[in-house]
Amino acid sequence: MFELSPQDWTAVALSLRVAAVSTLFALPFGIAIAALLARGSFWGKSLLDAVVHMPLVLPPVATGYLLLISLGRKAPLGAFLADYCGIVFSFRWTGAALACGIMAFPLMVRAIRLSIEAIDRRLEDAAATLGANSGWTFVTVTLPLALPGIIAGMMLAFARALGEFGATITFVSNIPGETQTISAAIYTLIQVPGGDSDALKLVIISIVICFAALLASEWLARRATARLHGV
Amino acid sequence: MLVVQVEKRLGEFFSLKVSLTSESRATALFGASGAGKTSVINMIAGLLKPDHGRIELDGEVLFDDLRYVDVPTSQRRIGYVFQEGRLFPHFSVRRNLDYGRWMSGHAPDSAAFNHVVELLDIGHLLDRRPGKLSGGERQRVAVGRALLMRPRLLLLDEPLASLDAGRKRDILPYLERLRDNAQVPMIYVSHNAAEVKRIASRVVCLEAGRVRIAGGPELLDAAQADMLA
Repeated sequence: MFELSPQDWTAVALSLRVAAVSTLFALPFGIAIAALLARGSFWGKSLLDAVVHMPLVLPPVATGYLLLISLGRKAPLGAFLADYCGIVFSFRWTGAALACGIMAFPLMVRAIRLSIEAIDRRLEDAAATLGANSGWTFVTVTLPLALPGIIAGMMLAFARALGEFGATITFVSNIPGETQTISAAIYTLIQVPGGDSDALKLVIISIVICFAALLASEWLARRATARLHGV
Repeated sequence: MLVVQVEKRLGEFFSLKVSLTSESRATALFGASGAGKTSVINMIAGLLKPDHGRIELDGEVLFDDLRYVDVPTSQRRIGYVFQEGRLFPHFSVRRNLDYGRWMSGHAPDSAAFNHVVELLDIGHLLDRRPGKLSGGERQRVAVGRALLMRPRLLLLDEPLASLDAGRKRDILPYLERLRDNAQVPMIYVSHNAAEVKRIASRVVCLEAGRVRIAGGPELLDAAQADMLA
């Protein structure tokens, strides 16, 4: 009844991998930028804020095209990374992960930033009087108290990455087994005659994955909040 | 010995200009709310930066704007008991108490730990979270946490203000024990004359950002009479 072609399963597995990898790699940068925006005061802060939010407002195709002309193999930066670091993004699944990570970044930063801003700064002052420098204060007080927001940010990023289409297909194309994610596979299936039922199956799978991810993050965030407040 | 000579503008109509010294075991900063008491101890702790002046503790300069000295809060080793306790909600009482020792990198000292736990009678609370403590218990833990970082000076900012009268009566004896047993000088901020008379051996009266008078606790009778008049 519910049979999928191996190619479609590959697309599902690839989507999960791309979404998970992009979320995990974006996380340290997301936390750092969120902390900077929430707690820092420096010249160019609103500029940084605008740059971080750029992928949210820019057409995804534009983001994908910018990636292609800066990180494609013929582009200076892309060629440098390929020749000296052995990192190739164009037309690889790593490129899909990069595109997804960038598209998801603003959502992640926003969620984490809001949760850091909600933390009582007086607790950080208390940590300082007890001998914690700003680094230790961040690790032992700010970060644990921001945990529910970090989980929410990861969840949003994961969901956004699963749904990413425009930037990914522009940057790394739609190669089955390498860069064809669920979205791209659905798009391909509805372009061919008789592909409708397979497309629908993939849609159902996406719904199931997103639902599971949402429920899991809700549960994790509630558990984290409960743990933080000792109930 | 603590020497404080500071100036700070706080808003358009309020400026603080305070100079005081303290070498007694328990000095009270006494005054109505808004007199600038908390600002003064925040400057001593390094949480608020004076515009001008100098702060010195036991011969070490902690702040001096002319010499560009401003030791960070985390390196001042001054314990601070906040009005609202400010316990870390995500740590157990035990971890809260141990936090200062942890940050300083010293080896655990169970004798010191047990001594403080016993002094404040908080042994039965160790595995609880701050969210499950009563106001009085929370303040005792806050005092213990500040003591266990081995401070050179202990600042207490109206530690009883958030408690009802009954709780205050319960905690005052602990503070007296603290004054008599822990070898740490204290600065005790309060607007309550009765409390100050029980705790402090020296009183500095603040009014509108200035030191009005300083001396023994007997000052308070006069000041009180004055405030009532």
